[in-house]
Amino acid sequence: MKKLPDALGHFGDYGGRFVSETLMPALLELERAYMHYRNDPAFRRELKLLLQEFVGRPTPLYFAKRMSQHYGLKIYLKREDLNHTGAHKINNTVGQILLALRMKKSRIIAETGAGQHGVATATVAARFGLQCDIFMGAEDVKRQAPNVFRMKLLGARVIPVSSGSCTLKDAMNEAMRDWITYVKTTFYIIGSVAGPHPYPMMVRDFQKIIGEETKRQILLREGRLPDFIVACVGGGSNAIGIFYPFLKTTSVQLIGVEAAGVGLRRGPHSASLCAGKPGVLHGAKSYLLQDAAGQVSVAHSIAPGLDYPGVGPEHSFLKDTGRVIYTAVTDDEALAAFNELCQYEGIIPALESAHALAYIKQNARTFKKGSIIVVNLSGRGDKDIHIVADKMGMNIT
Amino acid sequence: MTRIQETFEHLKRKRQRALITYITAGDPDPDTTGALLRCLVDSGADMIELGIPFSDPMADGPTIQAASQRALQHPFSMDRVFELVRRMRTYCETPVILFGYYNPFLQYGLDRLCKDAQTAGADALLVVDLPPEEAGALHQAARCHQLDMIFLLAPTSTPARMKLVASMASGFIYYVSVTGVTGARDRLAEAMDKACTRIRRYTDLPIGIGFGVSRPEHVRAIAQYADAVIVGSALIKIIESRIGKTDMKNRVAQFVRSLKQATQINGTS
Repeated sequence: MKKLPDALGHFGDYGGRFVSETLMPALLELERAYMHYRNDPAFRRELKLLLQEFVGRPTPLYFAKRMSQHYGLKIYLKREDLNHTGAHKINNTVGQILLALRMKKSRIIAETGAGQHGVATATVAARFGLQCDIFMGAEDVKRQAPNVFRMKLLGARVIPVSSGSCTLKDAMNEAMRDWITYVKTTFYIIGSVAGPHPYPMMVRDFQKIIGEETKRQILLREGRLPDFIVACVGGGSNAIGIFYPFLKTTSVQLIGVEAAGVGLRRGPHSASLCAGKPGVLHGAKSYLLQDAAGQVSVAHSIAPGLDYPGVGPEHSFLKDTGRVIYTAVTDDEALAAFNELCQYEGIIPALESAHALAYIKQNARTFKKGSIIVVNLSGRGDKDIHIVADKMGMNIT
Repeated sequence: MTRIQETFEHLKRKRQRALITYITAGDPDPDTTGALLRCLVDSGADMIELGIPFSDPMADGPTIQAASQRALQHPFSMDRVFELVRRMRTYCETPVILFGYYNPFLQYGLDRLCKDAQTAGADALLVVDLPPEEAGALHQAARCHQLDMIFLLAPTSTPARMKLVASMASGFIYYVSVTGVTGARDRLAEAMDKACTRIRRYTDLPIGIGFGVSRPEHVRAIAQYADAVIVGSALIKIIESRIGKTDMKNRVAQFVRSLKQATQINGTS
């Protein structure tokens, strides 16, 4: 297999750099800096130390005993929910902020949907004393008040975005506009494997530690690699992170689970790979939810972190090559899986991660008895309890 | 000679710079756009940039974002844009540049797009989020159908990028005067004359300057060193403020005439 992306940031037909000319020099500068520091021993040492002592890595690979018994499978959970700030997002933000420091940028910006990436960015900005502005859709600011407050506690400024649909895609538009304006002093920390090259490559590289640890841990525990690895896909950074080190090992079946929202047929949903068409948004070519004229659709998912009409370009490539199977589960199926994990294992998963868990529930009968399945538990669910309570008809405020 | 070349030649003889005006197709509604295009041409616009509305206009400020959103409240298709151009061709030879984001172009099909654009009477394409690195396929299709492809350069552009853009561009080079998004600004950016001089080292194409140009005195200043001046957001602001009122065309005409007067070059050039 050829190493991807190519020199222009393409994964087959996907990826690339579709941005206005003003940003091109900044992307080229970022690419140069990243290519240099990714192999720089001092950079790697500092990153490793931060991941250990600040983030809390390695995260456990946990054997979900009662759930395994229930399904007659061997189910392992990669506990990214135990990272500092409660999700895998911080693996990437620590990497990018070290790069920002070396590039002598004095200001950090980021987009956020649910607020998880915003919190992970505000956290590292505080840790290194950099000014930080987070763009967040006005609708999301209302829905995710606790995370807005967390970001403020961490010293970041949260800028509500009232254009378009007032959600994640609009926050990303606004972050891009800000970056176009203050590109000389500002470093844009993109939170997923989306956006123009080099972001999809760079974010993947910072997240692949999830899969590398998983490989070591499962070999220690089981003496062999898993049969299946399941991860949820919004932009797709936790999924690429756990898939990447296994791409060449075809005995491991990789499964990406998108958000079918209310249902793929009825919609709305966020399943760009399952139900979208290739298009260009936010600087890259990838599968995209859009109408026939190429206008981008508004996505929906009960999981705020999956609520995005696009997806990282490498996933589009992996879909077309067939290396990864992409499927989708609905809001209701994710909720049922959410409850199941709470009750069987004493773990409250993020609604995003519950989509990956729902895949097991949905396909329980098709797995061979005793199969080893690793699920990437990308985040913890404390942030979602208001959404779940609301769905259950309970008021907890 | 293309219509764009002819326009520049013709203006040179009259010792004028080109005034290029931008409006968004379908803003505030498709019929009004048709009437506004005629009004722009009659009031002295030398070329028209016709914006293709997009749901996610990443390089645009609030004014053009709002114009896009107003336009998309009506059923939108590329065919409607071509219809606007076809109607223009019944009464004028003013060059038309289709100005937009890549995805609507891509979904229409690049070859079909260029063919239909040419048939309708458009002259050039400008795709904001398509740098030369990604423009190969569209560039080829555009050439097949005798359409110019206009590329942007910015204050951040290095000599290497100027060279790259110059190698692919035709029609003219669009210099983005500010490091930022589109939008009317009170003060004009600085050092644009120097930027023009640097760009001319790599190309003989005319240079147009846009982003932040909003007043006749801005136009007069830019006319000293650039071949064309592009005004968008300031015009959209007038349109926006006159929605539902009867004097929209009069206000637009008045503004465009005042801009056009400022394109006359004084002294020797």
